[in-house]
Amino acid sequence: MRPDVMAFLAGALFSVGLGLAGMTQPAKVINFLDVSGHWDPSLAFVMGGALVVYGIALPLIRKREAPILGGRFLIPTRSDLSPRLFVGAALFGLGWGIAGFCPGPAITAAGSGMTNALLFLPAMAGGMLLFHLWDARQAAKN
Amino acid sequence: MTEFTPIASTLGGVLIGLSAAMLMLFHGRIAGISGIFGGVLRRPSGDTRWRLAFVLGLVVGGLVLGFAAPQWFVVEVERSPLAIIIAGLAVGFGTRLGSGCTSGHGVCGISRFSRRSILATVTFMAVGAATAFVITQVFGGVL
Repeated sequence: MRPDVMAFLAGALFSVGLGLAGMTQPAKVINFLDVSGHWDPSLAFVMGGALVVYGIALPLIRKREAPILGGRFLIPTRSDLSPRLFVGAALFGLGWGIAGFCPGPAITAAGSGMTNALLFLPAMAGGMLLFHLWDARQAAKN
Repeated sequence: MTEFTPIASTLGGVLIGLSAAMLMLFHGRIAGISGIFGGVLRRPSGDTRWRLAFVLGLVVGGLVLGFAAPQWFVVEVERSPLAIIIAGLAVGFGTRLGSGCTSGHGVCGISRFSRRSILATVTFMAVGAATAFVITQVFGGVL
């Protein structure tokens, strides 16, 4: 089987998970974030389900010497608490709270043709490209 | 109002966890959507192909589900196009600056007890909650 087929299937499985979980419905996300309105704790269960499965699977997978399709396991090792981490997370939280989309659901909902997502996704890509430009400039300065 | 769906949401989370495990098992990579999508927007590298394939899986999944399960794609929030665009810019810039989003930090990072991911998740949850609270209480849920 061609290697990219597994990545495609993983992406498709991820999209079904997001849809079933309710992550592709902005109102559900916002009702989770806003405890003062009609609080809907469902999304805490999404995280719980994903954490349990991945938390069990990851140590088992890492017993292997290498990934099935070759190469090596790339797992982040950074532990520094930089301003970038907090400012970035805060900016993300702001956008998430406004639109009710994080990146995965935005891509999947755009695939479904949802108008808000079709507007959000190019803006998100634009924000990423802006970051890449800014980051390259910062690196050139140092 | 949205309905409380603990079972469907847990099952959805299980599928997300399985997908992330698949990506690690086959490709040795973290299923961080902002990182994967951001990588596609960069200069082509050896990683571009699998990243594109994964993003394509998300899009095609959405396309199929849009027909198979349209109830998963209702919006029911009142946001102007400008608000959506500003939100998209903030999510794009912020997830790259902070090295991750709900999947990379929230699921993959917390699963391995990364201090950075735990603190990033607390931060975006708190700011997201504060933002949603202000929109409801100050702007009457319309932006």
